[in-house]
Amino acid sequence: MNGNPRATNPIYRRRVWVNRFNLVMSLATMTFGMAFLIWILVTLFGKGFAALSPTLFTQMTPPPGSDGGLANAIFGSLMMVGTAIFIATPIGIMAGIYLAEVGRDSWIAKVTRFVNDILLSAPSIVIGLFVYAVIVFQFKQYSGWAGATALAIIAVPVVVRTTENMLQLVPNSLREAAYAVGAPLWQVVLKVTIKSVRGGVITGILLALARISGETAPLLFTALNNQFWSTDMGAPMANLPVVIFQFAMSPYEDWQRLAWAGALLITLTVLLLNILARTVFRQKTQ
Amino acid sequence: MSFQVSLGSDANAVANATKIKINNLNFFYGSFQGLRNISLDIPEKQVTAFIGPSGCGKSTLLRVLNRMYSLYPGQRAEGEVLLNGENVLDSSYDLNALRGSVGMVFQKPTPFPMSIYDNISFGVRLYEKLGKSDMDDRVEWALKKAALWNETKDKLSQSGLSLSGGQQQRLCIARGIAVKPEVLLLDEPTSALDPISTARIEELVSELRTDYTIVIVTHNMQQAARVSQFTAYMYLGELVEFTPTAQIFVKPQDKRTEDYITGRFG
Amino acid sequence: MSSNPTRSFARQDAIFARSTQFFAVLVLVTLAAIIISLIHGAWPTITKVGPKFFVDASWDPVRSLFGGLAPLWGTLITATIAMIIAVPVSFGIAIFLTEMCPPILKRPLGTAVELLAAIPSIIYGMWGLFVFAPLFGEHIQPLLSATLGKLPVIGALFQGPTIGIGVLTAGIILSVMVIPFTASVMRDVFETTPPILKESAYGLGATTWEVVWNVVLPYTKTGVVGGVMLGLGRALGETMAVTFVIGNAYNISLALFEPGNSIASSLANEFNEASDPLHLSALIALGLVLFLLTFCVLAASRWMLANLAKREGKRT
Repeated sequence: MNGNPRATNPIYRRRVWVNRFNLVMSLATMTFGMAFLIWILVTLFGKGFAALSPTLFTQMTPPPGSDGGLANAIFGSLMMVGTAIFIATPIGIMAGIYLAEVGRDSWIAKVTRFVNDILLSAPSIVIGLFVYAVIVFQFKQYSGWAGATALAIIAVPVVVRTTENMLQLVPNSLREAAYAVGAPLWQVVLKVTIKSVRGGVITGILLALARISGETAPLLFTALNNQFWSTDMGAPMANLPVVIFQFAMSPYEDWQRLAWAGALLITLTVLLLNILARTVFRQKTQ
Repeated sequence: MSFQVSLGSDANAVANATKIKINNLNFFYGSFQGLRNISLDIPEKQVTAFIGPSGCGKSTLLRVLNRMYSLYPGQRAEGEVLLNGENVLDSSYDLNALRGSVGMVFQKPTPFPMSIYDNISFGVRLYEKLGKSDMDDRVEWALKKAALWNETKDKLSQSGLSLSGGQQQRLCIARGIAVKPEVLLLDEPTSALDPISTARIEELVSELRTDYTIVIVTHNMQQAARVSQFTAYMYLGELVEFTPTAQIFVKPQDKRTEDYITGRFG
Repeated sequence: MSSNPTRSFARQDAIFARSTQFFAVLVLVTLAAIIISLIHGAWPTITKVGPKFFVDASWDPVRSLFGGLAPLWGTLITATIAMIIAVPVSFGIAIFLTEMCPPILKRPLGTAVELLAAIPSIIYGMWGLFVFAPLFGEHIQPLLSATLGKLPVIGALFQGPTIGIGVLTAGIILSVMVIPFTASVMRDVFETTPPILKESAYGLGATTWEVVWNVVLPYTKTGVVGGVMLGLGRALGETMAVTFVIGNAYNISLALFEPGNSIASSLANEFNEASDPLHLSALIALGLVLFLLTFCVLAASRWMLANLAKREGKRT
């Protein structure tokens, strides 16, 4: 029925097939990628939920062959992640303010922006090495503080980047309006621009939290691990990722079960934080 | 409402057959109706202008003619648009072939991120397998048609982005012509250009009329008066008036057209 | 004096500017401190082993032999395998998400891909060890060595014990981890193409594939390469996804089923046990090499992504 001669042109027919083939390939890659990822999640949820029990939260990590939980590791992780974000948030926000509002195009700002982006994706195990060298090695002691420091170094670039990005979304007219009433820079920033992107900044902090909650490599040589309940940040501290690593690599089945439970807890936390970050971002910014 | 061009008053109109026949066209953006019951005959090898205030649906109507709207979910057209007697809105009408036959030039120049030569040859290669020298000839022919050959013949391998705005827009016209379409759609082609470049494009449009059916959307009434033989005035998604250009500006038949024209000219 | 608000505002602003600057500079200092401390820690190796570190493949803590070639090789080969798989797959996913996906699914699928990119890498490692490796060793590896392994040149790649653990497995797990990340960067990059430019190509009668290949890709090529390099940076430095499945053996071999070691996995496995100062220093030297390697890759990637952003800014 199609009278347009172009539709029956042989070159065109070939193009249509090439197009179809490539689009099918694209669909196939999507399916392939998704299949793997669903497979991973199904495994994780299956094994994780099977190993989940209330004793996880009440008992300590056990020696092989006996019952136990992850209470000390969960507590240690909370302590270190909390401390890290507590340190990283003010540093990240202030540095972000500098990049977006104060330094802008100065060379310090440009270099900082570049360096921050590098740190954002730097291998986390190297951050662990660094903290080992400057803290653990100097004090001859693995410690919760060292772990928290390593996590903070990983969290800062995330906060810096989101703070700066959010501040750049503030329309210049708002800034100009604030300057026009004679407000000084610090008031413009703290009372107007930062306030107008509060949601975005919180998003950044949540993303940083999500990022460091699952980090294993930087804790290996800093916080190390601890079999027992410990609230001393000056001593080696148990934490979920390292416990998972150790238990999963072990030949003991009950340890492996605990590792899966821990893995599920971490993944749920990370996914929840990410979803929360998105919701906050969507609600607080239009 | 149906508008047939009133024959007899304009000598040009007599000789020309209808190239695109639009029957009872309705267009929807989701639940919002953008075009209402449009019927219109676009004559062959003439320049037809769509004018009207912004939001009146003139660009929408143009984008129905090559089904560009179908790229976007939620947009749909009902009714008939007959090109050479076949309904192009029919889902069995081949979309790419349609766009090969109905070329389009946009508000802003849109050179592809490739050389001037490749910008032209890109479209040609979609339908024809030409040797090097044939392709060279075709590129030269298209650039000459678009009055761009003299400025670009020594730098065909440079990026299309290296040209000035007016040159880029002529490159886009050349790119459209190179495919040898039957109809050329121009969507406010000079709105991003300076007056001198605008004049060159207008001149070009008048020349191209001998070979192509041209439909131009413009917000500039003087431009419609200068380049077109027929003008359609649209308002709030409706076609208010469609007559030879000479007539619409001298004695508009509809009060709304008159208000618009006198308001702008006054 | 302080009664003049303008005067005191100026002083407050100076303090404010200085203090924000202090924190920005802190970020710079961190990077400098990382590099300096790594060089310092690696110094014994730099002086005692020297450039031989990069060509010497013998790593034996017992005999105090520390050549870094094996883990360096492992790092490069696993990252290469990962990118060979991840680049085309991510490209396909990004095309699907930007050009083909039904509009209702676009947002949920896009979000799903982004969320998957956030899953901690240790999960990928565990899954690799417990689920993927056994299946891979039992079913896929014998198949690969019986088919591709018989081919003349590339056959050498598909040799070794079919136990599921090894360099190839590590590369595949890495690729699964990198795919969501690279795909979402590519999707973001593709979406910077102005719709009007795509319409122009569709307006000539180009098919979806032709628009992607001839317009979207050339328009965004620096961004796409930047995104790929960002993924490569991740793959090079990734620890947990690799350590579980690479096999932990200092080994340089073209046979991809053989166990190996990457820099990151060597560090994860040995650092806490190293007591010999030279061993410790050699491990830190590996960390330094890894850091410099990723630094170069990431710097190049940022430079490319910044170029794309600049052009986009100029155009709109």
